[in-house]
Amino acid sequence: MTALLVRPAGRRLVRAGRLSTTVSARSVVVGAAGLAATAAVAVVSIGQGSFTIAPADVVDVLLGGGTGAQRLVVLDLRLPRILTALLVGAALAASGALTQTFTRNPLASPDVLGVTNGASLGAVAVIVLAGPASGAVPLAALAGGLVAATLVYLLAWRRGIDGYRLVLVGLGVGEIVQSGVSWFLVRAEIVDAARATVWLNGSVAGADWAQVRPLAAALAVLLPVAVATSFTLQALQFDDDVTRSLGVRLQPARLAVVLTAVALAAAAVSAAGPVEFVAFVVPQIALRLCGGSRPPVLVSAILGALLVSAADLAARTTLPDRELPVGLVTAIVGAPYLLWLLVRTNRRVSA
Amino acid sequence: MTARLRASALRLGYGDAVVVDGLDLDVPDGKVTAVVGPNGCGKSTLLRALGRLLRPRAGEVRLDGRRLDRIPTREVARTIGMLPQSPVAPDGLTVADLVMRGRHPHQNWFRQWSAADQEVVTEALEWTDIRDLADRAVDTLSGGQRQRAWISMALAQGTEILLLDEPTTYLDLSHQIDVLDLVARLHRERGRTIVMVLHDLSLAARYADHVVAMRDGRIVAQGPPASVFTVELLADVFGLAALVVPDPATGTPLVVPLPRPATRMANQAV
Repeated sequence: MTALLVRPAGRRLVRAGRLSTTVSARSVVVGAAGLAATAAVAVVSIGQGSFTIAPADVVDVLLGGGTGAQRLVVLDLRLPRILTALLVGAALAASGALTQTFTRNPLASPDVLGVTNGASLGAVAVIVLAGPASGAVPLAALAGGLVAATLVYLLAWRRGIDGYRLVLVGLGVGEIVQSGVSWFLVRAEIVDAARATVWLNGSVAGADWAQVRPLAAALAVLLPVAVATSFTLQALQFDDDVTRSLGVRLQPARLAVVLTAVALAAAAVSAAGPVEFVAFVVPQIALRLCGGSRPPVLVSAILGALLVSAADLAARTTLPDRELPVGLVTAIVGAPYLLWLLVRTNRRVSA
Repeated sequence: MTARLRASALRLGYGDAVVVDGLDLDVPDGKVTAVVGPNGCGKSTLLRALGRLLRPRAGEVRLDGRRLDRIPTREVARTIGMLPQSPVAPDGLTVADLVMRGRHPHQNWFRQWSAADQEVVTEALEWTDIRDLADRAVDTLSGGQRQRAWISMALAQGTEILLLDEPTTYLDLSHQIDVLDLVARLHRERGRTIVMVLHDLSLAARYADHVVAMRDGRIVAQGPPASVFTVELLADVFGLAALVVPDPATGTPLVVPLPRPATRMANQAV
């Protein structure tokens, strides 16, 4: 007597051509709701500003209609900014989901991989030494982030990478790099220091198409890669012996995940500076909304886009005469929500 | 006796410490082998090398005549299953999810789940009698249930050879028997080759066809339980003064430690 076959609760088998996998129904619902909310926030956000446009007209413009003035404001001024917010949020949250899973540490974020601090040092150095107008800031941030991440990886290497050791080395390197940032800030002219501080708080203000294009291109490659690593992540979330006895080549698998996480974070940080909290908090929110044992990569990306775009909307509209840095708002919005989820779901914190 | 898995002139260690040196072992096919020995004698280290979790310093492990470290990892994982001593599952992982992970070596990026996987997983859950626990989180299970869930995962891996590192540790006697009965059934009904590290010598004698006794990183004796568990060997390997009598239930050797003089005096004093 063979009874019904066991399938994990709430999972559906998905087939597409030769591809077959299981997808949690809850993740599909959360992901779809997140996408809808993100689209709504984006449309409202594009309409807000000194030249207000009704949401219906915003949609009209995006579909190719609208007046000349509306098209200019939407397409040239506001769309690049909102796209930057969406892409930065998605990249940071996906990077966080990967990092928390492979380090098996819910407190980890790409910050511990050295990317964020390294990028900060690169950007602040260029702002202070070459002047704020320099177009080299994103490139310097990218280079700084990648160099610091490589340094962390090499220092943490000891016949392989161990997640815990990587986190500790990352914190150590982060402190050193951070003191470099402080040194530049202390030495800087007051104007440059103010500029650098704005960058350090994370901002998508003034983003234009020249900024969006490389970011979008990077994500077009990296996000599918990040989702594809889910298969490996399923095995990487156990201890090393179990992972290896499941036939996973531990170090190559871990390196692939680290590279993806670093690249995603580097792309985001070089575009918008270190937007606080997204990479750390969004994967944990996604995990609690979707259930399961590790943060879902794709849903994290969607919710990251939602959080940063909503935070940007709030940053632009809360105070009448000045803008807040978006990174400040993500922390204000994200932290209480995570706390509420922690209290409500009564679940141990886990990656 | 045939042996698909053989170790020869094995030297194993961690850092500067050499734990096992000059060890040869043929794992008998289709039999239950118990590895026994005092703490720190290299039992677990040997098992990790047999499961390819530890690279030998010298010597080699061969599977079907091929050097283990030259066989692709996934291929090894389809032939040799290994349950470490205290495996760690992430919080929130359900039993069904855990057992499904056992199919990992049979899957790939585009075929992450199949009807065959589903059948194997269902069967593994039924075999270990934890079907009712399928949707429970592993971290909420009792010790005995958790161990059965891990064995179920190793079972779903569908390997001919199964290495179990102290599968009964932390379990009360009745759950120890549950786990060992499961192992015996696996061997009897499925013809699996099993190597397990055990501490309880009488249980090892009862459940194993072949016993390997180790001390200081070497094999001191091996063979059927009756030939290995002798008064002399227990004194030699464990420094234990013991009687060996036939187990009244099964006739296999039963190890009865003798009270030490100091202990007896202490008891009398109380």
